Amino acid sequence: MSEKCKKDDWVEIHYVVLEARERTGDIPEDTRKVPLECWIKGWAEKEGTVGEEVTIRTPANRYVKGTLTRINPEYTHTFGPCASELSAIGQELRATLKEGK
Amino acid sequence: MAKDTSYDAVMDRRAEIMSRALGLNYDEFIISDIAFDYEGMMAKAGYSLEEVRQIQSESGVGNTPLLELRNITDLARKTSKRGFGARILIKDEAANPSGSFKDRRASVSIHHAKKLGYPGVLAATSGNYGAAVASQAAMKNLGCIIVQEVFDSRHVGQPEIIEKSRKCEAYGAEVVQLTVGPELFYVSLILLEETGYFNASLYSPFGISGVETLGYELVEQIRARYDKDPAYIVVTHAGGGNVTGTARGALKAGAKNSTIIGASVDLSGLHMASDNDFNKKSFTTGHTGFGVPFATWPDRTDVPKNAARPLRYLDRYVTVTQGEVFYVTEALAQVEGMERGPAGNTSLAAAIALARELPEDEIVVVQETEYTGAGKHPWAQLDFAKQNGIAVKRGAPKENKPGKTIVIPQNFSQITATEMDLNRMRRSYIRNALERNKVKNVTEEDIRFLAEDTKTDADFVTSVIRDLGVRL
Repeated sequence: MSEKCKKDDWVEIHYVVLEARERTGDIPEDTRKVPLECWIKGWAEKEGTVGEEVTIRTPANRYVKGTLTRINPEYTHTFGPCASELSAIGQELRATLKEGK
Repeated sequence: MAKDTSYDAVMDRRAEIMSRALGLNYDEFIISDIAFDYEGMMAKAGYSLEEVRQIQSESGVGNTPLLELRNITDLARKTSKRGFGARILIKDEAANPSGSFKDRRASVSIHHAKKLGYPGVLAATSGNYGAAVASQAAMKNLGCIIVQEVFDSRHVGQPEIIEKSRKCEAYGAEVVQLTVGPELFYVSLILLEETGYFNASLYSPFGISGVETLGYELVEQIRARYDKDPAYIVVTHAGGGNVTGTARGALKAGAKNSTIIGASVDLSGLHMASDNDFNKKSFTTGHTGFGVPFATWPDRTDVPKNAARPLRYLDRYVTVTQGEVFYVTEALAQVEGMERGPAGNTSLAAAIALARELPEDEIVVVQETEYTGAGKHPWAQLDFAKQNGIAVKRGAPKENKPGKTIVIPQNFSQITATEMDLNRMRRSYIRNALERNKVKNVTEEDIRFLAEDTKTDADFVTSVIRDLGVRL
């Protein structure tokens, strides 16, 4: 069953700004082959289902229509796993500082 | 009746949209197809240095600490010839409210927007400037929209930019996240027209005058502590506002003999508007992908005349590799106890190499740091690089290949700065000024302007124009 949002839930929507054929000619070919897409977050104006069109009110009080993609969207970026290529640098530099020139 | 929002229609209206969104008539500064009254524009639109300092102090911006990097200086001296290795200082701009020097830029724009009665502000930026604008707008209770280029066509986002999205939202801004492409500007124009918001452009005189306090402050602080001026002021260079503002401030403080050196991460070979290349870079700012195009043609921005004109102020321009910046970021944390964001350490990596050129009693100052956090961290950025097929290893920095390999130096002595040919860039700029403005005859006024805009003289400009076959 598809996820549903209620009115005033914090949600994310998606829409296509420019189809590939509408894009400016002044860009690399690989970029020109794909649409210009947009994601915006805001509060749902009424209940809706993921994958269907909803209207949101954004933090700037604009009303924007798009396809509902996420409800209570989270951030998933992290500090990442330890970069082993960096892990010895501190020890190496401290050892160098202890040496005479 | 609803306005036509097709690409061509909006771009046709760009001049009137921008004029309304800045409250500034650029036409009054135009002298010819090439020349314009740069200082007149800065004076008319900007605020005096004293006014800017007052504006910034009211919003907690500026007066950031100047720190001596004793251990990094020691390491630089250990890898220099005897008696060489200048003292390395750093201006800790991460101490600003949103964590970077961009607060200086935003503070004046947002103050001005509030003064003129705009209901809100908009900025098109994927970098720290978005967070700065959102933070300042929150303080002034203004609406805020930040338009970002975040994803490639697979909906994979740069971790550094996603962190900026989060930070902007934390300050209450609406964040418009786009896929790759220069049409970011088109989207911004639509939103400016729809909302009546102020265009808090990175490239307006307001923003640049905000950075002047940084150059002024660091000279003041160095004089107070060391009773001399810095030999080198090393500035991370991307769009040019950092160089322009810092240099102007240093000059206003009277530091006429300090050498202004721009530093960028070398991302040569990667196209900034390419969907394929977008996630092949570990740095989303402070790199040559912005640094070179914006120096050689500044007027490619969201304002008719860019107030950020780096070639007016640069004495030298150097590059460092991604691997060197990651190494130096780790060094700063491990031996100086300062964990800061990688992009802000671009100029520090360059400064280490540059300090070796100077005697020990000279001063090299790095004019910025930035905050770090999830996504904006060497681990996150190196992990993302690996996910995008980029090899990461330790070795010789010269083995770095943007988009292919990131090489972390094996030791401190390997940190070097590669000199860029500024005269070549100056020639490119002059060629762009002539070609893009379709100039057939060049006037004395044009020559004078181009000489000022390239920090050269009439003879240099004339010889370039002759080489291009344009009539004088």
